[in-house]
Amino acid sequence: MYNFDFVRPATVDEALAALADEDAQPLSGGQTLIPTMKQRLNAPSALVSLLGIEALKGVKTSDGTIEIGAATTHADVAAQATGYPALAALAGGIGDPAVRNRGTIGGSLANNDPAACYPAAVLASGATVVTSGREIAADDFFDGMFTTALEQGEIITAVKFPVPQAAAYMKFEQPASRFALCGVFVAKYAEGVRVAVTGASEDGVFRWSEAEAALSATFSASALEGLSLSAEGMMTDLHGTAEYRAHLVKVLTGRAVASAS
Amino acid sequence: MKLKMHVNGREVTGEAEGRTLLSAFLRDGLGLTGTHIGCDTSQCGACTVHVNGRQVKSCTMFAIEADGAEVTTIEGMENADGSLSVLQQAFQDHHGLQCGFCTPGMVMAAAALLREIPQPTEAQIRAHLDGNICRCTGYHNIVKAILAASGQPVAMAAE
Repeated sequence: MYNFDFVRPATVDEALAALADEDAQPLSGGQTLIPTMKQRLNAPSALVSLLGIEALKGVKTSDGTIEIGAATTHADVAAQATGYPALAALAGGIGDPAVRNRGTIGGSLANNDPAACYPAAVLASGATVVTSGREIAADDFFDGMFTTALEQGEIITAVKFPVPQAAAYMKFEQPASRFALCGVFVAKYAEGVRVAVTGASEDGVFRWSEAEAALSATFSASALEGLSLSAEGMMTDLHGTAEYRAHLVKVLTGRAVASAS
Repeated sequence: MKLKMHVNGREVTGEAEGRTLLSAFLRDGLGLTGTHIGCDTSQCGACTVHVNGRQVKSCTMFAIEADGAEVTTIEGMENADGSLSVLQQAFQDHHGLQCGFCTPGMVMAAAALLREIPQPTEAQIRAHLDGNICRCTGYHNIVKAILAASGQPVAMAAE
C-alpha cells in the first residue's frame, strides 16, 4: 500500500485538528479501511487513529438508553450491551472473533457498507448518532451505499440507542465473507415497530414501512402474510438475485418477529 | 517510527513505517516467521496472534498500533522447557494438521477460545473458528484437538 503518516491523538480535539487536512482520514478498527488501502483503492496522506482516545470507548446504560462510544469494538459491545440483548447479539455475530476484537461501531457506521449489520440496528432503533459537532437522527444519517451525512473532518463519537420493548436481528450470511446477504432488525417500541433491512438494497440500509405498519397493528409473524417486497432496487450479485433478496427480507422479518425478546 | 512492544514476554524495539503491518513486523522485523501470511486480505486467519490477550489478524492491523502492547505469537505458545503446550500436543495427537500452514492461526484462535470458555461445546468451537480457514483437514480433527485440549471427550456429533 502507499505510505502515509500515522497520527495518534489522545483526545477528540487533537484528532479533529489532524483531520483538518483534507487528505487525512480517520482510522478506527481498520477492518475495512486496511484491506482497501492494500488494494490501493485508497491513499490518504495521513491516518488519524481513533483507538487511542479513551473518551470514545465504552458502553453506558441509563434510564432506557444505551450509549456506546464510537471506538468500542464489536466484542466489547457483545459483552457489555447486556441491557439491549438484540444489539449485543448482533455485535457478537459480526465477522469472526478476530474481526470483532478490532472493528468498531463508529467505523462500521461511518463506512455504511450496504451489507453491514450495525446500520440495521441503528435505523431500526431510531438511534441518535453523536458526532464531533452535532447529533444526527438515524433516519437522517444513512445516505445510500457507503455514504452518510458525515461531513469532511467530522467523526462519530457515540451512538445512543433507546432500548426497545422487544427486538431481534436475523441475518442470512454470505458464507465466505460473513457479511449479511440480507439482514433484518425488528424493534418494538411503545410508539410502534421499526423494521430495518441491510444487505438487500442498492441504496443501503432502509426501513420496510409496510411491515412496520402491519407489525405495529399486530406484533406477530402472521401479520406479514399478505405483504410482499418488490425486487426493484435490490442488489443482484453472484451470491443472490434481487428477487431472492426481496424474498429473504420477508422470511427474515418473520423470523426476527418470532424470536424478538 | 520507533516502536516498542512485548512479544512473547520479551521487550523488543524496532522501526516501522506507518504502513508496516503487524504481520510484516513480526516476520521481517523480528524474524518470527511462525505467524503465516495466507490471504493477506483478513479472511484466512493464518496470521492470527494475540494483542493484549485478544486474538487479531495481524495482517489487518498496523505494527504501530501494537506499540506498547503485549503480543503473543505461536512462538510464545510452547512450554518454558521448549516442549509443546497441551493445546499444541493435542493438535499433533489428533492429526489436527496436514500441511500445517493454517496451524499457527488455528492454535492462536483456539487458545483465545479456551481462555474465554475453558470447556467449549463442539458448536462453540466451530463458530469460533469462523475466521480461520483450513484446506486440508476438513476441520474435524482440529475440533477434536481443541475438545481434547479442553479435557473433554472427542466424540463428535458431526461425523
